[in-house]
Amino acid sequence: MRAGIIARKLGMSRVFQSDGTNIPVTVLHVDECQVVAQRTRERDGYTALQLGVGRAKVKNVNQASRGHFAKARVEPKRRLAEFRVAEDALIPVGAEITADHFVAGQRVDVVGTSIGKGFAGAMKRWNFSGLRASHGVSISHRSHGSTGNSQDPGKVFKGKKMAGHMGNERVTTQNLTVVQCDAENGLIFVKGAVPGPKGGWVLVSDAVKGDRPEEAPYPGAVRERDSAEPEAEAEVAAVEETTGGDAPADEAPAAETAVETPADAPEEKKD
Amino acid sequence: MTLLEQFERDQTAKLVEGKEIPDFGPGDTVRVHVRVVEGTRERVQVFEGVCIGLKRAGLNSGFTVRKISYGEGVERVFPLYSPRLEKIEVMRRGRVRRAKLYYLRGRTGKRARIAEKQDHKGTGRRAKQGAKA
Repeated sequence: MRAGIIARKLGMSRVFQSDGTNIPVTVLHVDECQVVAQRTRERDGYTALQLGVGRAKVKNVNQASRGHFAKARVEPKRRLAEFRVAEDALIPVGAEITADHFVAGQRVDVVGTSIGKGFAGAMKRWNFSGLRASHGVSISHRSHGSTGNSQDPGKVFKGKKMAGHMGNERVTTQNLTVVQCDAENGLIFVKGAVPGPKGGWVLVSDAVKGDRPEEAPYPGAVRERDSAEPEAEAEVAAVEETTGGDAPADEAPAAETAVETPADAPEEKKD
Repeated sequence: MTLLEQFERDQTAKLVEGKEIPDFGPGDTVRVHVRVVEGTRERVQVFEGVCIGLKRAGLNSGFTVRKISYGEGVERVFPLYSPRLEKIEVMRRGRVRRAKLYYLRGRTGKRARIAEKQDHKGTGRRAKQGAKA
């Protein structure tokens, strides 16, 4: 089991094949998806990778998170997520997973947060057929109708499908086909629809059902930090400096009130 | 430009490569050469009729052609950039005052005629691009 990718849904488009068929695709953008932390069996009891994607403004990241990112020596990320992986599929912290992690033709599962529909009636939420348009029905054409029997159970059974909040929940779409991958621009083209609005975050991973294709890179399509991106590392170092610079400035007034902050500060410097 | 727009633009550019899409619009009579697959064989079929609507939407552009076949109205929607379209020929320029000629659907015979445009200069956006190329 290898790691997935956090991506952002850009929207839908189409791809014309050379034989003239065209495929409806959802375009997913992988923007600097880096490993931020590892979960190991010895320390955490399970193996997983914590990935981060995007770039968050440092001013919008709280101190605890800044420390977490500084420890991994990556820039603050917009979105973090964990993927359970096999022990031999762990990827070093700071490495970037690129879009060619997936290969064309393979099946993937995509997890997203569906578009919120608010408080929806039974017709929209559960596909009830509603009441009749005439024959004595008054005012309640879109109601759900009866919710159960009479005095015998004397109650409405739990889980009865009724009106209520719809959407804005975690939805997994299984077995979507990857049409193509563009590692250069960080784009993954997946056939069909993906849950969530444009701009929403989605988690893409190998399909649970069916086997991972042979040609898919095993621990993952990884761009190592040290070899490939010396500049990026310099940036990270710069960020560390700035965060380090921010910390004492914040502490100066805080030190008078809180006793804990000076105690924390030396720890950060050690890291 | 967003990444999505960029992707669609690149794909459009790739699809029109080595292919000329004439400047045409609603009211024009066009002859569309379309590749069809019959079993294992592939051949080119010609569909000729009046263009009753043109949707300009980048990669998703398309147009509708209507003709009367054996007394029955037939309409076909083509994606403008489909690789299946071998060629589009403009046979006749029509003078119309609507963008979508859906009113033709209710008409037959003489009432469904479209006057020919006499002063067509080919000054559309696409004609200019063609002149440059």
